[in-house]
Amino acid sequence: MNRFYMVLGAVVVAGGAFLWYSSSQRGGPAADQGPVPVVTAADSAFKGYTLGPDSAPVKIVEYVDYECPICAEFGALQFPVIKDHLINTGKVQWRQRDFPLSIHAHSRLAALATQCAGDQGKYWEMVDQLFDNHSWALQSRDPTGTFHGFAQSLGLDLAKYDACVSANTYAGRIQASYAEGEARGVNGTPTLFINGVEYTGSNRTSDGIQAVVDDLLKKPKTK
Amino acid sequence: MIRSRQAIAVLALAGFFIALYLWLHSIGVIGQLKCGTGGCEIVQASAYARLGGVPVAFFGVAGYAALFLVSVVGQSPRFAERRGPGRLLFGLASGGLLFTLYLTSLEAFVIHAWCRWCLGSALVILLIWIAAVAGLARSR
Repeated sequence: MNRFYMVLGAVVVAGGAFLWYSSSQRGGPAADQGPVPVVTAADSAFKGYTLGPDSAPVKIVEYVDYECPICAEFGALQFPVIKDHLINTGKVQWRQRDFPLSIHAHSRLAALATQCAGDQGKYWEMVDQLFDNHSWALQSRDPTGTFHGFAQSLGLDLAKYDACVSANTYAGRIQASYAEGEARGVNGTPTLFINGVEYTGSNRTSDGIQAVVDDLLKKPKTK
Repeated sequence: MIRSRQAIAVLALAGFFIALYLWLHSIGVIGQLKCGTGGCEIVQASAYARLGGVPVAFFGVAGYAALFLVSVVGQSPRFAERRGPGRLLFGLASGGLLFTLYLTSLEAFVIHAWCRWCLGSALVILLIWIAAVAGLARSR
């Protein structure tokens, strides 16, 4: 019996030490990201950057977390094909919404980088930078400098970009987007809504999205 | 019977810490998971990491805690010779194993990524189930 309790004690000590070590290694998202930002009416009114014409018959909204590996894979591999075949052909308008998951420490900072780049007309270019060079998400160090490097490579006005990031200018906008996602039942990323309906299909490749869009385009419009 | 309950207690405690680690990560207390391949992040960021808005790992925390409590109480003089705790352990372990099989199939066929901690938990619950079956068999 004593041996049994010794083994239990050893498991408790080992497990507790591992949890303590893990939590002390990195402050965690809540600590890194500060309190919940205040959302203004202007923040709520902003509905995200879009690609594709307003007249496109199919509207897709993506809730994205830039630190999420699936989002990066989707953004780097599938999205360029979707852009060529569906967006540039006028079939789809794509809207990107921020949904920084609490499990990721630097998602909000990455979203802020995209919004600040968007200020200078380079939103989608910054998104590409974040996804194409996703190694920043695998490191525990603060990626502010890495994002600054992306901004530089995009030819942004760095003084303006840095001021935007330092002032956390779009924290409210990002929070408004997150709240909108929560209200729509988003609980993971990437989550897609195609013409207002959440896409729950397992085929999240460009072919899978194209098949859904083609089906929608075949259906007669009902009034 | 006592030996199988002791084995279940030790395994349930180990499983509890694995589930607790994943749950603390899901609520933002712990940063990046120590995973090696990055598969853990893919699984944890997927829509399947939550069930009804609750992180799946929380069900693991609750399940392993229940298994631990039943296995420890089941060793007390009052319950040591009774079959009730053994049956309860078998029921809990079977429920946990089925739930784990469902989650593991999601990793294999839907998410296409493997979370090593989830696989570790799957191994733990399988061993618990085997111990529970052995305990029931011995009590006959």
